[in-house]
Amino acid sequence: MGLGSVDFDYLRNLVRTHTAIVIDDGKEYLAEARLSPLLRKEGFSSVPELLQSMRVKSFSPLHRRVLDAMTNNETWFFRDLVPFEALRRKVIPEVIQTRGLSRRLNIWSAASSSGQEAYSTLILLHDNFPELNHWQVSILATDYSQAMVDRVKVGRYSQLEVNRGLPITALAKHFVQHGLEWEIAPRFRNMVDCRLMNLAETWPEFPEPDIIFLRNVLIYFDVQTKADILARVHRRLRPDGYLFLGGAETTMGLSDAFERVPFEKTAYYRPKGVNHVS
Amino acid sequence: MRALVVDDSTAMRSVLRLIFKKAGFEVLEAANGYEALNKLTEDSTPVDLAVVDWNMPVMNGYELVTKIRSDERYNGMRIMMVTTESEISHIQSVLAKGANEYVMKPFTPDTIQEKLQILGLSAGA
Ligand SMILES: C[S@@+](CC[C@H](N)C(=O)[O-])C[C@H]1O[C@@H](n2cnc3c(N)ncnc32)[C@H](O)[C@@H]1O
Repeated sequence: MGLGSVDFDYLRNLVRTHTAIVIDDGKEYLAEARLSPLLRKEGFSSVPELLQSMRVKSFSPLHRRVLDAMTNNETWFFRDLVPFEALRRKVIPEVIQTRGLSRRLNIWSAASSSGQEAYSTLILLHDNFPELNHWQVSILATDYSQAMVDRVKVGRYSQLEVNRGLPITALAKHFVQHGLEWEIAPRFRNMVDCRLMNLAETWPEFPEPDIIFLRNVLIYFDVQTKADILARVHRRLRPDGYLFLGGAETTMGLSDAFERVPFEKTAYYRPKGVNHVS
Repeated sequence: MRALVVDDSTAMRSVLRLIFKKAGFEVLEAANGYEALNKLTEDSTPVDLAVVDWNMPVMNGYELVTKIRSDERYNGMRIMMVTTESEISHIQSVLAKGANEYVMKPFTPDTIQEKLQILGLSAGA
């Protein structure tokens, strides 16, 4: 049984209202694919039946689980590699210079998904910048999905996940094997503060980040939401901080508060109007 | 760039051949370590990357890595293990012998691409 337009529109509105994610026309198959795995556990025999039952109820944990399932959580270690090269060769050496007195480094992985971005960053810092061992380094990992936040906390990855983007030496050095799963060393897990957070709603207070990763999440939002989030990122980021976006994302046409710093085939961003060391 | 795919399964070899061709490699094949060494000596054009299964008859992947790393003609060659072997102690032992990367089966084509990027052998970004 296919998804009718009433059900599909209900789902799209729900998703947009709560997560700001825009689902385009003709993406009924996406809804089916994302929700089918939920059916049996939730006790429904089809996606339309699930949606019809949700429509007559007020917002419940079931709605929340459906929204979770509608988010695309794909991620992998050292995704796109070049941003991490920028971190290693430019950003962290600069930060070490400018924050040498406070010896504090705050990183925010916004839309962290299952945590590969946060843990890749910590592995990179540990393996390349031993001086940071004497610093207070912390990373805030936030996501809309409770399931993802829980995963970051646990720090366990399947064989398929550790295959993806993680140099084998890093796997051998920083993970403990538990059967078919691999768990990141406690040293790294303890540096991560995992929190539930919706980028489209009010943000809680958190330490002023030196570096923000906001990668592969703006693409799902409409222009107004992207612009609003970038404006808030600008207010939260340290004036001499750094912003990383996904490969298909840019501040262009959304915010003129950032300066684009090219690096190889990509770029990162910095707040305009500050005398940056370079 | 040239890759030598060493796996005793013809099905697996054709999967890997397609992936590495797409990644811009000229692909040679061998069904075990012994055949692989023969392929390497038959043809003097250097192989940039050996893609090596672990469990194979005649000569397994571990022995092949050991042989390649003890022959200075192959100093520039990178080695990527692609195998169902996933015990950490085994992984460590073949890394100690000089393998450069490691993919546990099953894998997706993206996984290989990401590993090529790590090795600095990817044609794209
Ligand atoms: C494709 S993943 C990106 C993960 C990682 N940053 C990367 O680049 O690989 C997108 C993540 O954004 C999260 N997300 C979607 N809408 C969100 C929102 N409104 N607030 C916070 N996170 C959201 C999803 O739950 C998902 O984990």
